[in-house]
Amino acid sequence: MSRWIKAGLPLGLFVVIAWFLLKGLDRNPREIPSPLINKAAPREVLEGLDFLEVGAQTLKVNDLKGQVWLLNVWGSWCSGCQVEHPLLNRLAAEKLLPIVGLAWKDAPAQSRDWLSKLGNPYAMVLMDLQGKAAIEWGVYGAPETFLIDKDNKVRFKHVGPLSAEIIDKQLRPMIEQLKR
Amino acid sequence: MSAELGHLALALAMLCGVCLAVFPSIGVWRRDVRLMGMASPAAYWQLLLVMVAFVCLIENFISHDFSNQLVASHSNRDLPFWYRVAASWGSHEGSMLLWILMLACWTAALAARSSNLPQTMRARVLAVLGAVSIGFYLFALLTSNPFERVVPAPINGRDLNPLLQDPGMVFHPPLLYMGYVGFAVAFAFAIAGLIEGRFDSAWARWVRPWTNVAWGFLSLGICLGSFWAYYELGWGGWWFWDPVENASFMPWLTGTALIHSLAVTEKRGNFRSWTVLLAIMSFSLSLLGTFLVRSGVLTSVHAFATDPTRGVFILIFLCIVIGGSLSLYAARAHKVHATQAYSLLSRESLLLANNIVMVVAMFAVLLGTLYPLVLDSLDMGKISVGPPYFDAVFVPLMLPALFLMAVGPLARWRDAPVLPLVQRMRWAFAASLVIGLLLPLTASSSYKPMTALGLMMAFWVAGGVGMAAIENMKTPSGGIDVSRLSLQPGSWWGMQVAHLGVAAFVVGVTLVNSYEIEIEKKLLPGDVLKIDDRLSLRYAETSGRKGPNYEAIQVRFELLRDNQVVGELRPEKRRYKASSMVMTEAGIKRSLLGDLYISLGEAVDGGWVTRVQQKPAVNWIWIGVLFMGLGGFWAAADARYRRRRVALTKHAVIDVSSRSGEVSG
Repeated sequence: MSRWIKAGLPLGLFVVIAWFLLKGLDRNPREIPSPLINKAAPREVLEGLDFLEVGAQTLKVNDLKGQVWLLNVWGSWCSGCQVEHPLLNRLAAEKLLPIVGLAWKDAPAQSRDWLSKLGNPYAMVLMDLQGKAAIEWGVYGAPETFLIDKDNKVRFKHVGPLSAEIIDKQLRPMIEQLKR
Repeated sequence: MSAELGHLALALAMLCGVCLAVFPSIGVWRRDVRLMGMASPAAYWQLLLVMVAFVCLIENFISHDFSNQLVASHSNRDLPFWYRVAASWGSHEGSMLLWILMLACWTAALAARSSNLPQTMRARVLAVLGAVSIGFYLFALLTSNPFERVVPAPINGRDLNPLLQDPGMVFHPPLLYMGYVGFAVAFAFAIAGLIEGRFDSAWARWVRPWTNVAWGFLSLGICLGSFWAYYELGWGGWWFWDPVENASFMPWLTGTALIHSLAVTEKRGNFRSWTVLLAIMSFSLSLLGTFLVRSGVLTSVHAFATDPTRGVFILIFLCIVIGGSLSLYAARAHKVHATQAYSLLSRESLLLANNIVMVVAMFAVLLGTLYPLVLDSLDMGKISVGPPYFDAVFVPLMLPALFLMAVGPLARWRDAPVLPLVQRMRWAFAASLVIGLLLPLTASSSYKPMTALGLMMAFWVAGGVGMAAIENMKTPSGGIDVSRLSLQPGSWWGMQVAHLGVAAFVVGVTLVNSYEIEIEKKLLPGDVLKIDDRLSLRYAETSGRKGPNYEAIQVRFELLRDNQVVGELRPEKRRYKASSMVMTEAGIKRSLLGDLYISLGEAVDGGWVTRVQQKPAVNWIWIGVLFMGLGGFWAAADARYRRRRVALTKHAVIDVSSRSGEVSG
C-alpha cells in the first residue's frame, strides 16, 4: 500500500498544481483590486480641494450625497486619458450620472486648455495639485475611474483607460442597478 | 514566398515527427528491425525541414518582409542586421519555432550518436522525442503560426522591443532553449527505461553525457540572462526572482540533482527511482516554464503577449506529457527499485542529501512562484512574493548543500568512516575558517557574520577541490607529481571545475550582497561625487548621439582616483524612434574586483538624478556559473562515453575509481 502511495505521490502533486494552473488561466494577474471596494469613499477629502474654473459650476461636493456618481482621475499629461476622453464625453451626454473629474498633479492652465480642446464631460473638476487626495483614494495611476453608490460606497474601480466594452458590459449595468 | 515555404516545411517536419513517433514504436512491438531503423532517417529529415522553416523565418526578418505578421510587429527597417536575426525568436511564435529547432537538433544528434545503444532502446528513445515534438508542432501550427501573412503589408514594422535590442538577445534564448529542450533527451531515456524496465548502469551511462551537456547549456543560458538583465535593465541587480527566471531556475535545480543522481545510478546501481523521477521533473519543469511565460497566469517582465487559447493548449499538453509520464512512473516505479546497501556516511548518502536539498529548493521556488496564483484561485486575495521570501528560504537550504559539496567527492562509495574523512579535510576546514573569519576584517565597513559564513563556505568548497587535486597528485612513493592529474578522467575534471565555479559564485554573491554601495544624487555638469576615500566621479559633459534606430543623450563621467583621471563611464538615455520607448543604458566600469555602475534617472535643471552603484566582485557570479557550465561539458566529453565496447569500459572505469576513489561528476 505505502509503495503505491509513494509511487503515486508525484502524480498527485502534479494534479494539484495543474488544477491551480487551470484556475489561473481565467484570472488576470494584472487586475489590481482596490481595498476601497464596498468601503466608504473618502469623499470628504475632495471637499478641501479647489475647483477648476471651467464654465458654470453646476455642482458642489456636498450635492453628491445620496447620488450615484463617477470619479475620474486624469491629467492633461496623461496619454491614456486622451484615449478614454471621447467615451466620457459620450457618457456625460447621456446624463446618466454626474462625472467628477479629479485633475491629478496638473497645472490648472493646462487642464483648462485640454478640456476646451477635447470637450468637458465633468459636472465639476477638482484640482489635486499635490496629489494628496489621490493618495487617500488609493489611486494607482491615471486614468483611473471609481463608481460610488448612494450610500457613499465605492462599488467599482478601473485602472487604465476605459473602453466601450467596459462601459457597456460592466459600468452601465452596475449604474442602472445602483440607481434603482 | 518564403513564408509559405517555411509553413510547408514546418508541416512536413511534423509529418516526420509523427513518423518518428509511430514507426519505431510499431517496430519495437513487432520486433521489426526495418521499422525501428526508420527512426534515424526520420530524425534527420525532421531536422532538415525544421531548419528550412527556420531559415525562411530569418530570411523574412532580414529582407524586411512586412507582409509576414511576425516581422511587421517585431522588426523595423532601421533595426540592425543581427537584431533582425535575433528578432526571429523575439516573439512568442518565433521562440516556439526556436524551441522546435532545438528539439529537432537534439533528436538528430541522438540519432547520430546512439549506434552503441541496443536497437529497441534507441528506437524507443527516439520515438518518445518524436511524440514530444508532435505536441510542439501542433501548438505552433494551430495556435502560433510564425508565418501568418498580413494583407495589405505595412510599409514599416513596429520594431523589436528595445529591451531586446542587445547582443544578449542573440545568444541568451538559443543557449537557454538548448538547455531546456536538452532535458527532453533525459526524459525520453527515462520513459524508454520505464517501458523497458531497464535502469542498469549502462542505461545511466547513456544518459549521463546528454544530461551533462543539457545542464551545461542551461547554466550558460541562465548565466547570460542574468548578466544581460544586470546591464540592460539599469537596476544593477543580477537576479530578481521573477517568475520567468524561476521557471528557468527550477529545471536547473532538478537537473543539478539529476546529474549527481545519475552518477550514483551508474556507479552503484542505486537511486534509480530518484534518477527517473528527476529526469521527468527536469523536463516537466521546462514545460511548466513554457506555460508560465506564455499563458499569462503570472505577471513578469518576460511574459509574451498572452492568449488564453494558447494557455489552454499548453496546459493540455502539459497534462498529457507530465501526467502521462508520472502515471507510467507510478505504475512501474516498484520495478525499477534496487538497493545496494550503503552506510549513513558514504558518497551515496551525501549525494542523497544533495538530491533532497535540490528538490526541496526547487519546491521552495515553485511555491513562491505559484503562491500568488494559488491564493488568487482560492479568492484569498492578490499578493506578490518577492526576494525577501526567496532569500529567506534559499540561504539556509544552500548552506548545508555547500558544506556537503566539499565532502562528497572525497568520500568513498558505500562506507566512508568519519575519522579518516575528518583527517583528510582538516586543513581545508582550518583554512576556510581562518580566511572566512579574517577576510571581512579587512573591509572598511562593519563586520557582518553572514559575510564571514559565506566566505567560509566558498573557501571550504574550494578547499575540497584543492584536497581532491592534491590527493590525486600523490605518487605511490609519497611525492607530489602534478602531471598525475592528467590521468584523471574528464568527468573528474568536469566535476572539479564546476565545484570551483560554485565557490567563485558564492564569493561573488557574498561580497556583492555585503559590500555594495548605492548613491542616488542629483548631479549637474562639473559636479564631483565622492564614492569612497579615494574614488570620485566627475560629471564631464552631456552630448547627443544618434544610433541606428534611436537617439541618445550620453553623459560622460570621469572616474578619478586620488584626483587623477583613471577612466570614464558613459551612461545613456535612449529614445527608440519606432516605439518611442525610453531606455536607460547603464555605464559600467568592470573589473574582477568589482564594477562601478552608473544609470541615469530623471533629467533635472540641466543635470540628471544619477544612481551610482559600487558592486564588489559581482563578475565572480557569472564567472562562477560559466565554470559550472564548462564543467558540465567537460564531464560529458569523458572518453569513456565515446567507447563502443560497453562492458569493457565499465570494468576499466571501476578500476580507476577504486584506485583513486575519485570518479564522479
